Amino acid sequence: MNLDHIIALVIKEFLAVLRDKRSRFVLIAPPVVQLLVFSFAATYDLNYVPIALYNEDRGGAAQELVARIEGSPVFEVIAHIDHDAEVAALINNRDALMVLHIGQNFSAGLQRGDSVSLQVILDGRNSNTAMVAMNYLRTILLDYNHAWLADRGQSGPQVSLHTRAWFNENLQSRWFIVPGIMGLLILVVALLVTALSVAREREAGTFDQLLVTPLRPMEILIGKAIPGIIIGILEATIILVLMLLLFDIPLRGDLGALYLGIVLFLLSAVGVGLMISSIAVTQQQAILGAFLFLVPAVILSGFSTPIANMPEVVQWLTYLDPLRYFLVVVRGVMLEGDGYGLLIHQFWPMAVIGIVSLAMAGWLFRRRMY
Amino acid sequence: MNTAGRMRLRGMIRKESLQILRDPSSISIAFIMPILLLFLFGYGVSLDAKNIPVGIVIEQPDTASDALAGTFEHSEFFHPQRFESIQMAQQALDERRIDGIIWLRSDFSSRLFSGHEAPIGVIVNGVDSNQANITKGYIEGAWLFWLSHYAEAQGRDLLMPVVLEQRVWFNAALSSRMFLVPGLIAIIMTLIGSLLTAMVVAREWERGTMEALMATPLRTGEMLAGKLIPYFVLGMGGMLFSVALAVWQFDVPLRGSFWLLMLSSALFMLVALAIGLLISVVSKNQFVAGQVAIIATFLPAFILSGFLFDINSMPEAIQWLTHLIPARYFVAILQTLFLAGDIWPVLLANMGALLIMLVFFTVLVWKKTGKELEG
Repeated sequence: MNLDHIIALVIKEFLAVLRDKRSRFVLIAPPVVQLLVFSFAATYDLNYVPIALYNEDRGGAAQELVARIEGSPVFEVIAHIDHDAEVAALINNRDALMVLHIGQNFSAGLQRGDSVSLQVILDGRNSNTAMVAMNYLRTILLDYNHAWLADRGQSGPQVSLHTRAWFNENLQSRWFIVPGIMGLLILVVALLVTALSVAREREAGTFDQLLVTPLRPMEILIGKAIPGIIIGILEATIILVLMLLLFDIPLRGDLGALYLGIVLFLLSAVGVGLMISSIAVTQQQAILGAFLFLVPAVILSGFSTPIANMPEVVQWLTYLDPLRYFLVVVRGVMLEGDGYGLLIHQFWPMAVIGIVSLAMAGWLFRRRMY
Repeated sequence: MNTAGRMRLRGMIRKESLQILRDPSSISIAFIMPILLLFLFGYGVSLDAKNIPVGIVIEQPDTASDALAGTFEHSEFFHPQRFESIQMAQQALDERRIDGIIWLRSDFSSRLFSGHEAPIGVIVNGVDSNQANITKGYIEGAWLFWLSHYAEAQGRDLLMPVVLEQRVWFNAALSSRMFLVPGLIAIIMTLIGSLLTAMVVAREWERGTMEALMATPLRTGEMLAGKLIPYFVLGMGGMLFSVALAVWQFDVPLRGSFWLLMLSSALFMLVALAIGLLISVVSKNQFVAGQVAIIATFLPAFILSGFLFDINSMPEAIQWLTHLIPARYFVAILQTLFLAGDIWPVLLANMGALLIMLVFFTVLVWKKTGKELEG
């Protein structure tokens, strides 16, 4: 293997990518748009829950509860209603996510020392939103119960829960999603750069010219792989800086472990990209092939929904997905403060996927050549 | 339209249909992609946690603490493991073997029996905040369950002044599949309508066959109709297929009217096609058309449509942006028609918005194509 050959090809590849207006566009526009829009829009946290109050009780206890809900930054009281019949319209039309019904005997029952119940009606069309909103309401009620008991000199339940969250202390979903976006974006970029590089040459007919140069297939493969890895590392660095400065996400672990993860992940992404590239005849097929790989890779990676919730058979499939491992690495290093030791079981599968896919791409290359 | 016009249109539709049928990549987007997405989302994507691995640390086991641990062991939401010490459990949490810890200190039972407050320590892995909140909620549920049993065993009432009775409409079991699968139909139709159309038509510009079409007696309107009709049929086919899978395979109820679903889908399909055509006319190049279609239609349909993330909780500027995304209106229609029924105020408002978008984009495409053809 000749190093000069590889360097020459790498330089040529970089020029090809950077001089073409369209390729430059792919490198710059989608990542920036996606990082900004995704990061701000993709959150499971709720900060606006429209609620309607159906309060039939004029007592002080009910008023205090209403005041607590009105004072919450999350709930927005959009209507006060007086009849059962009004509930359906509010929920059906999506004006209110929930309706809280305080019955006539609420305050009186509490004064007597009874346990009184509140009815809440939720719009379940988006089940996750409904569940999160319900949890917020429960927290308000738990506080209300404690305060009510404390005011009367009674203690709450003898056994209480003292809950703490580790790694993401305020449970902000942005801390979870934004590191994932790093994995997503560098996967897209590395995959597209490599998947298109060979297909473009095939379409333009320059691939045949490349074959008659003294370059060996292995050298072509390496020369085509390196630009994708370098571009991926640069983009990962830019995204990392933005994460730290713009989104205030902590970097608690070992930066070296993160970069080792990035390199191994890019190796596997580039391997898959070259495999697509060596099968595809045209650029359109290469783009479609990349797309057919990307969508399942993102969905099965645990990027937005946990792998543990998937059925067992689907969980096996996720072991083939390099993004799955990288997401653990990037979240582990950023939030959990992991170093090399805890991440070793994420590193080696990515290395295996990278080596196997590169070897397959090399084999496909050679088969196509002769 | 006169006889000659009809003939021209028929010829154009025939040509486009053959083009779709003979190209493996359009077939793969139109048929493989919907199947792949529906099965991945229907089976793979779930926000409903079950068997959450939690560690239980009981520093001094006895009947009271065992009863508490039993509550977790019998819950379908947890998959508990006992640990000897809190350090071992914390290490397991660090190594991601468990997602949460329930910790009863050695003085738990003695405090409980002597009438003191006996706290339970709970630690959850907060990295996946949504999952952590759900886990927290389940732990609280198990705790309340135990509290009421304990109070009953002691012959007392549980001192809980206010309790909440929840009723969830439309999706009583709060299953995430029920809202993900209907929303997915909007994404599949976006893929067929915008991405596929944009790329295939851009290829005609790239290859110069658009110029060849210009030289024929085809009028602008006939050419657009000829392009739209085959993809419209393809898209509606994908829609029907998805609805069938949703109802029969994934047991999503269709509570609204089927014909309203067809009508609103047709409306959305036309908007998606108009956008696809517009992208192809503007970019005239497959590569750029593919990229623009992904960024301008596919990703927004995923993230900004309310399909997965709650629009009301996005920053104001992004909420504004969502009004420009046709999928936003269609996702609202789909979730309502499938889960809630024919709720006219929701349907009319969203269909009205789609109609406005349709008129706007059709006029734009008409003008652009006409100009390109004449200029």
